[in-house]
Amino acid sequence: MKLESKIPTGPIEKSWDKHRFDLKLVNPANKRKFKILVVGTGLAGSSAAASCAELGYQVESFCIQDSPRRAHSIAAQGGINAAKNYPNDGDSVWRLFYDTVKGGDFRAREANVYRLAQVSNAIIDQCVAQGVPFAREYGGTLSNRSFGGAQVSRTFYARGQTGQQLLLGAYSALMRQVGAGAVKLHTRREMLDLVVIDGVARGIITRDLVTGALEKHAGDAVLLCTGGYSNVFYLSTNANACNVTATWRAYKRGAAFANPCYTQIHPTCVPVSGEHQSKLTLMSESLRNDGRVWVPKKKNDARKAADIPEDERDYYLERKYPAFGNLVPRDIASRAAKQMTDDGRGVGKTGLSVYLDFKDAIARIGLDKVKEKYGNLFDMYHHITDENPYEQPMRIYPAVHYTMGGLWVDYNLMTTIPGLFCLGEANFSDHGANRLGASALMQGLADGYFVLPYTIGGYLTGAKLPKATTEHKAFAAAEGDVVKRTQALLGAGGKKAPAAFHRDLGRIMWNNVGMGRNAKGLQEALSKIPEVRAEFWKNVSVVGEAADFNQTLERAGRVADFLEFGELLAQDALTREESCGGHFREEHQTPDGEAKRDDTNFAHVAAWEYKGAGAAPERHVEPLTFDNVHIAQRNYA
Amino acid sequence: MNITLKVWRQKNAAERGALVDYHVAGVVPEMSFLEMLDTLNEQLVAKGEDPIAFDSDCREGICGMCDLMIDGQAHGPDKGATTCQLHMRRYKDGDVVTVEPFRAKSFPIVKDLCVDRSAFDRIQAAGGFVSVNTGNAVDGNAILIPHDKAEKAMDAAACIGCGACVAACPNASAMLFVAAKVSQYALLPQGQPEREQRVLAMRDAMDKEGFGHCTNEYECEAACPKEIKVGNIARLNREYLRATLVSDY
Repeated sequence: MKLESKIPTGPIEKSWDKHRFDLKLVNPANKRKFKILVVGTGLAGSSAAASCAELGYQVESFCIQDSPRRAHSIAAQGGINAAKNYPNDGDSVWRLFYDTVKGGDFRAREANVYRLAQVSNAIIDQCVAQGVPFAREYGGTLSNRSFGGAQVSRTFYARGQTGQQLLLGAYSALMRQVGAGAVKLHTRREMLDLVVIDGVARGIITRDLVTGALEKHAGDAVLLCTGGYSNVFYLSTNANACNVTATWRAYKRGAAFANPCYTQIHPTCVPVSGEHQSKLTLMSESLRNDGRVWVPKKKNDARKAADIPEDERDYYLERKYPAFGNLVPRDIASRAAKQMTDDGRGVGKTGLSVYLDFKDAIARIGLDKVKEKYGNLFDMYHHITDENPYEQPMRIYPAVHYTMGGLWVDYNLMTTIPGLFCLGEANFSDHGANRLGASALMQGLADGYFVLPYTIGGYLTGAKLPKATTEHKAFAAAEGDVVKRTQALLGAGGKKAPAAFHRDLGRIMWNNVGMGRNAKGLQEALSKIPEVRAEFWKNVSVVGEAADFNQTLERAGRVADFLEFGELLAQDALTREESCGGHFREEHQTPDGEAKRDDTNFAHVAAWEYKGAGAAPERHVEPLTFDNVHIAQRNYA
Repeated sequence: MNITLKVWRQKNAAERGALVDYHVAGVVPEMSFLEMLDTLNEQLVAKGEDPIAFDSDCREGICGMCDLMIDGQAHGPDKGATTCQLHMRRYKDGDVVTVEPFRAKSFPIVKDLCVDRSAFDRIQAAGGFVSVNTGNAVDGNAILIPHDKAEKAMDAAACIGCGACVAACPNASAMLFVAAKVSQYALLPQGQPEREQRVLAMRDAMDKEGFGHCTNEYECEAACPKEIKVGNIARLNREYLRATLVSDY
């Protein structure tokens, strides 16, 4: 396997323009001859499907939920970044680029990040034009706020529902094309395999989740826009249906999986309440703009927050990072919270949370203003915990939230399988080892609206694809593999629900491959995961039939893939002998407990190649060079 | 605590369904209602019995995937919340709770508690958009939108498309859903070029799907987890009347 990044040469400011010019165009009359299969309808999938259909391609769109509007992008709260510099506070494309490379701890490709910053402004314009009701100033201009570690106000938002509004914008564009007959929509469908013919991606096998029927779909290109793999930890802020299956099956068909160990732990989530917990809820980190994070100075302090006087509180983020205070990047805020609870200074019944206090904000800007800015988040918290955050501080704790790793893609967003593209959170490309707040929405929409629609044309004109239909034997073979797997799940005849195995896996992942990782813990995970997997195939109980609406079977298939994928994640974490961004190896830290990179040996992307069942995957390396951003240790003090 | 559930079981759209009793032990107040159903399902699966099919995804009240009529109320007893946001602290030991799907002719049952709400997607496809291709946009600040207008549009845009309004309405009307979308665009300058065409097309699509008419019951507003106001229906009616008067379509 050869990793050809296809990064354009020359000055970075011109590289995307030059690349776009160099890409061959598809004649307008020929576009309708190409069929593009788009899996997933989040920000990346909806925007790509709509944009490709607008260009004249035949598009088929697939989603796991009952409607494309339900994809998990909808739950993003805080906002979307763009280098508009409307507030006149010194922002620029260059600064957004710089901040993103630095925030990613120098583990992203410069050229990709620059392009992301470049197209960010067009995304805002596009969304406004679609009728996305962004927050506005009284004069009618767009509002901005500072968000998650940025020293400029470059984040656009729609209350605490920015992801929802952007997704509904992309969904409206998609549905417009569905209504026009340009996109064929398949809901309640799960992609269960990729079909590769002569080394080229030519189709997918899907399961109709209502009837259980397997379906073959042939096309000229396949776009995986299937999101991240946070649910390998069982508890995460991801929706229940979020899974690694589509990208994992693509990996097993030859797509390299890059940097799986780059996972992001979000510092501001509602803490775990008990064993029954099915998911964790994120509270947007925009809350850190006005809320102050603290714990008692005294260990095991059982007093109520209100009874702890000011001078006995440790506003530890403000103390440790005076320049950034409560707005330090996510990984730093998360680890600091863990240090506090490890130190016995956590709060709440479980001792596994820290306070996020709005008392001062309410005094400073007033209750009404706080309500206007964060009302829905406060309500959500109140619903879940039965505690009123207007009267007592919120309790928060880190939770897995986003995954920076994903399928390896080149500058054109194409994986190592020609014809298979990967967009949004599902790919590895733009965030390096840590994603900055409000950059996920930006990347999903950048890929779908403004990158893929160009690069796919370059592929399709040059590919000289022979006609492929679902009659080809590769489709029957892939379908046969799916059937075999399904039968194995149904025939295990065990006693334990798939969800219980998922919990077992999650516990290993969170304890050994979570916020703090070390060689011993990772090795332990690598020996325990195969044990759980072996028990799964022996003792899983999947009731019902294949040819029916069967949610247990769906869950079992996803858990089976997580049980394989978790091992690769742990292995990647073990091999990366450094700390960077969200990947924190306890052996590699500065005296102050900050992440210590090893740029000599690890300034590269690690891309794993599948070598067959039971064989060790092969690790390939794409070196990263930094010609424009001075490589330095991140310093937020 | 122990809870008795009366759950609607129905194999598929063609077969008849019935309420079946289940006893769930070990329920704790911190559990969400859906986590209580998860617990029951896990026990059923371990025993080799068919678990109860129900829809949910984000479990934080924003995706609109979860539904359920709980004791006759869409999304259960909490105001301004979805089913996934309902917690068992609402209940006490020994309670009997009836769980049914959202019922409407336009939302056929898929299995047990799952229904098909694709009618909403088809209404959206008929006109719930601004026709602007990617790349066609002017600068975001080129058209100013007063703060209050943007806020009002956002109030309407908050709809999550869950269908509670339909399930709660004695006529199974989709007026609140359609009104929310029509209002969002009617309030914004970007929505103006297609203002008349949109409301006419969405209304036609709504009728074609077989949803009932609005008779001002206000049940939709009471059930809406995003607390979308019936004032939007008044705006929808005005928009419709206006469109029939001024439109060339």
